[in-house]
Amino acid sequence: MEVKRVDVTPEACEIIEKLKKEHGELVFNQSGGCCDGTAPMCYAKDDFYVPSRNVKLGEICGCEFFIDKDQFEYFKHSHITIDVKKETAFGNSFSLEIDLGYQFLTISRIFTDEEYRNLEDAK
Amino acid sequence: MAYSKPTFKEQYENFIGGEWVAPKSGEYFDNTSPVDGEVLTRIPRSNEEDVELAVSAAKKAFETYKNTSVIEKSTMLNKVADAIEANLERLAVAETLDNGKTVRETLNADLPLVVDHFRYFASVIRGESGSVSDLDQDTVSQEITEPYGVVAQIIPWNFPLLMAAWKLAPALAAGNCIVMKPASATPMSILLLMEVIQDVLPKGAINIINGAGGKIGKALSTHPDVKKVGFTGETTTGQLIMQYATENIIPSTLELGGKSPNIFFESIMDADDEFFDKAIEGLVLFAFNSGEVCTCPSRALIQESIYEPFMKRVLERVEKITQDNPLDPNNMMGAQASVSQKEKILEYIKIGKEEGAELLIGGEEYSSKTFPNGNYIKPTIFKGHNKMRIFQEEIFGPVLAVTTFKDEEEALEIANDTVYGLGSGVWSRDAHQLHKASRGIQAGRVWVNCYHMYPSHASFGGYKKSGIGRETHMMMLNSYRHTKNILTSYSKNAMGFF
Repeated sequence: MEVKRVDVTPEACEIIEKLKKEHGELVFNQSGGCCDGTAPMCYAKDDFYVPSRNVKLGEICGCEFFIDKDQFEYFKHSHITIDVKKETAFGNSFSLEIDLGYQFLTISRIFTDEEYRNLEDAK
Repeated sequence: MAYSKPTFKEQYENFIGGEWVAPKSGEYFDNTSPVDGEVLTRIPRSNEEDVELAVSAAKKAFETYKNTSVIEKSTMLNKVADAIEANLERLAVAETLDNGKTVRETLNADLPLVVDHFRYFASVIRGESGSVSDLDQDTVSQEITEPYGVVAQIIPWNFPLLMAAWKLAPALAAGNCIVMKPASATPMSILLLMEVIQDVLPKGAINIINGAGGKIGKALSTHPDVKKVGFTGETTTGQLIMQYATENIIPSTLELGGKSPNIFFESIMDADDEFFDKAIEGLVLFAFNSGEVCTCPSRALIQESIYEPFMKRVLERVEKITQDNPLDPNNMMGAQASVSQKEKILEYIKIGKEEGAELLIGGEEYSSKTFPNGNYIKPTIFKGHNKMRIFQEEIFGPVLAVTTFKDEEEALEIANDTVYGLGSGVWSRDAHQLHKASRGIQAGRVWVNCYHMYPSHASFGGYKKSGIGRETHMMMLNSYRHTKNILTSYSKNAMGFF
């Protein structure tokens, strides 16, 4: 069975569904750097131009999840789960969940050798 | 002796057109202090209507402000600096409570640098001039500058007041009016700052609106009256801002992340003297501001011949870091800025262990006796290799990744093996080596035999994915204004084409 690179918690999915109602289709991009870096950014699909060299890690709740190609090199051994936390002390990113008083988080673990052999392709 | 916690207003408003204005939504959010987990005050949750109000206040103010003389602007900036200096202690304590950093840092670094930044730009605009060229006997070319107009500035939570000053001072000095959005983790200290300087400023010259970036960021960055966006933050929102800036064909400057290498060559241990002591501190500066600095020297590269004895001395110094009450000036390390930031750092500590990095010290939460509900993490050092995630991703916490190198060539190869290029450090007693290494590093700032110094008259900014544009230094003035060329012909004769 193919192993997924990115999963999502039911709590995060619930927030994603709420955001879809307000903003329509969404897209995720794993960010890097500075205060809010290395967190998943959630934008309206029509709003964010996905860089052509980004890698698609998979889909969460029907939304495509991308990562910068250079960053993928260091992420490719990690399984990530997108979770959400209630947080008012949010930063200055434009990620949409912030307005609802939440923040998406990336939880990582290193793939086992067995999983690594059965990984689905990143595109 | 620790400072006691002052009380603040229960609720703050947006600062628009020189007035304190409630958000159109009527909604507020709690601003929690990372020092003790308690609510400090309530902050407006703004929306697109508030953006509209703030931009139009800035636009109106610009009609007058653009004609303000250099002397008046300079005097105003000096008065801003004086007012901040007169309230330095109060603002430093507020900054500590808002962000979590120690008063040791806010009293001695953040606030004095804020004051100096306004004085620096007050002075440099008095001494600069455009240029005039005699292109030929009858043709004179004048290069003059004119402000953009309304500029939007979006700042981070790690140095709330200093990052505000870095953006406000040059933009005002260049003649612009501003709409600023502070990070919502740290919205309070800038509002206190506005209370301190509001009487000195023309109404509407600085407008502050608070709220979620996802709600008001787009409205601000795509507003047709906004002529420039300055942003400090993470890379993806930086990309989004550049994309928004294409809508109205306006410039943007971006200060993004870093994973700065700090290189220690073997000659630092040629003597056990003052300089060696400075080098030890130079490495331990990864814990400055609890590691929440884009230029955090978060990768230490140590020549393998000195690794063991140098690291022994470093660990002794790290063990001496005091951490408990950020309001005590003797305390060296403060709280992480938010609960989610603390969790993100702990997540990276877990990744480091899973990746097989060797934990040398720290690696867990610190439980403060004074403030058990604050967000504290022990200074942490891992030894590993540069391909590990803890060496490549910005953790934004007191977590250092250490590796060794054989020679100069390998040091530079590791130093440059990163997507970022913001800060860097080089330590050696060999002048040739210092020169070679500092020119070889792909980063906007190389600290040579020092680290974490931020004088106003030294440019700051990134190579590679650390951003575009510079901050600090008078060259910043040109990031906030147009160049206009006035080309005058004093000849009475036609060109002769028609």
